[in-house]
Amino acid sequence: MIAFRTILTSTTALLAAGSAHATDLEVMHWWTSGGEAAAVAEFANAFDATGHKWIDGAIAGSGGTARPIIVSRIIGGDPMGAFQFNHGRQAEELIDAGLLRDLTGVAEAEGWKDIVNPPSLLDACTVDGKIYCAPVNIHSWQWLWLSHHAFADAGVDVPTNWDEFVAAAPALRDAGKIPLAVGGQPWQSAGAFNVLMVGIAGPDVLVRIYGDKDADLAAGPEMARVFAAAGDAREMSQGTNVQDWNQATNLVITGQAGGQIMGDWAQGEFQVAGQTAGEDYSCLPGLGINELIDTAGDAFYFPVVNDPDIAAAQDVLAATLLAPETQVAFNLKKGSLPIRGDIDLTAANDCMKKGLEILAAGNTLPATTILNTEDTNNQLNDLFVEFFNDTSITPEAAQERFVDIIANAD
Amino acid sequence: MSDRRPNRFFRNMTAKIAAVPMILTALCVFVGGTVWTIVHSFTDSKLLPRLRWDGLDQYERLWNTNRWIVSIENLLIYGLCSLILSLIIGFVLAALLDQKIRFENTFRTILLYPFALSFIVTGLVWQWLLNPDLGIQSVIRGAGWIGFTFDPLNNSKIVIFGVLIAGLWQGTGLIMVLMLAGLRGIDQEIWKASRVDGIPMWKTYLFIVIPMMRPVFITTLVIIASGIVKLYDLIVAQTSGGPGISSEVPAKYVYDYMFQGQNLGQGFAASTMMLLAVLVVVIPWAYLEFGGKARG
Repeated sequence: MIAFRTILTSTTALLAAGSAHATDLEVMHWWTSGGEAAAVAEFANAFDATGHKWIDGAIAGSGGTARPIIVSRIIGGDPMGAFQFNHGRQAEELIDAGLLRDLTGVAEAEGWKDIVNPPSLLDACTVDGKIYCAPVNIHSWQWLWLSHHAFADAGVDVPTNWDEFVAAAPALRDAGKIPLAVGGQPWQSAGAFNVLMVGIAGPDVLVRIYGDKDADLAAGPEMARVFAAAGDAREMSQGTNVQDWNQATNLVITGQAGGQIMGDWAQGEFQVAGQTAGEDYSCLPGLGINELIDTAGDAFYFPVVNDPDIAAAQDVLAATLLAPETQVAFNLKKGSLPIRGDIDLTAANDCMKKGLEILAAGNTLPATTILNTEDTNNQLNDLFVEFFNDTSITPEAAQERFVDIIANAD
Repeated sequence: MSDRRPNRFFRNMTAKIAAVPMILTALCVFVGGTVWTIVHSFTDSKLLPRLRWDGLDQYERLWNTNRWIVSIENLLIYGLCSLILSLIIGFVLAALLDQKIRFENTFRTILLYPFALSFIVTGLVWQWLLNPDLGIQSVIRGAGWIGFTFDPLNNSKIVIFGVLIAGLWQGTGLIMVLMLAGLRGIDQEIWKASRVDGIPMWKTYLFIVIPMMRPVFITTLVIIASGIVKLYDLIVAQTSGGPGISSEVPAKYVYDYMFQGQNLGQGFAASTMMLLAVLVVVIPWAYLEFGGKARG
């Protein structure tokens, strides 16, 4: 089989030798749902157009499934051409160990410093003044999705902020709706909590707690209010009984639930269901209180390889990913925001435009994946999934455990 | 008589040479890997293993983590129930099949079939069966019993029993077949003798047959016990640890922290604790089982 493949590749190489110097580049990522696959195909097409070949290495499941596979391939000495991570601290140690390529050359040639907006995205890729990754999109968590249908059934107006939403919860219950849909997976509870934290205590508190690991602040009265709000959210989420985030979003789409705190990726689900923003559903960035979004997202990293052909192809891919045409085509399909402010997204829908405005106004905050290690995020996931599912834990007790995690985090 | 007995080392030379690869594998992979893991559990290794000493910090954090405590409790509940119920159900089914019934082959096949499924498939099937809107509850409500409630997977107090049902369904078939083989190994003369003496059948099973089946029981015990310690895929497929953290198990903690949490040290500490728990059970047992014989 291997011999056969070698023959095939060598004949292909012979045929291609006359024209450009084509190289196969294996790219690993975890974009496998319908919209995601369509988006990644835009990258593949753009890269193939440069004369090289994109070998798709999609891993089904989520980042939690894919990351260990990617890391073990790199550590095992069998690196792929490029791979997707969420930028931030996930790749920190791979960079320290010298396993990832320094892209500073490409970044300077392409002028990434001037085009990437917000600049914090590039900072997240930078270690000791060198750039190690190519950011491709921005996904933000701070959205509250509300079903107009559910509020109409309950006979109350669609809320415009979190407090109104909490006040409307009893009416939703009486109408037989779940006020707030929260899926059972750990990351969803922790994510919802972090959004509450930004909405109620403000972005500075989040940055000081997760960024500077300020344990005193975590134990303080501001956070106590956030935990009390999380207690409300827990009350409102009772009876959700679904696992996946898109199942929870579906409860909102079908009007069985009033709302859901979920990242902008939820928008794709509303779109697929044929709903219109403003008519069938509303989106409130920052819970309608603090209108800002975080700049989490995806980035591509490139492992160190010995083959100079592959290294050249990696440079080409890095440049292609940030090219204006690729950015537009990719982000429209993915439902995420582009990483450069100088491109035209007229085709974007209402919620996406809201996001673009907030981005243009510079109301952004760093993502938890950038501030926290995966270890800390995992501990937070464990804490909040327990809190949201076990009503016997008081908000005060949860806050104590939260302080403990922050005090011991690095 | 030869004047000199051949050196014991050179006896059965071919067999010993043939065993060398296995011995090396055992030493390098099992013993070596175990030692490496234990050593690294005292470091602060994150994504990549590194030898930067951290003392007992990983263990301290481990035992202060609520999720780990819940995992241990769940494993104890699951382990005890699964051990006792597998043995009882497996033996009773085997004894029933042993009554020279008709279609024994058919029954045996049906009972053994679940074992052919992986834990992932088993977990998914039982997730659907126990789903209140699709599974058993809705069927019984549909049949007219409106007040019937059976929803273990969404109730954090009994979720582990929902997993236990699936585990038993999958595993008892194998135990039954092993028991049946053991029962078939019992000399028919013993049955005849006990019938002549007028001993009731249940007494014959309990006081004569079961003690004679000791080796079979030991085998099944080892199989069941190893299945309990490595319980992971069933949980992932059926509940993914939920609701909340109420069906977490130690193996899942190890995996989640080693790979998703990028904290190898924590994962190694947890897996070392798992090894320790197994050794606490195995060493006294091995001592009694083999040590006694060597002396006698």
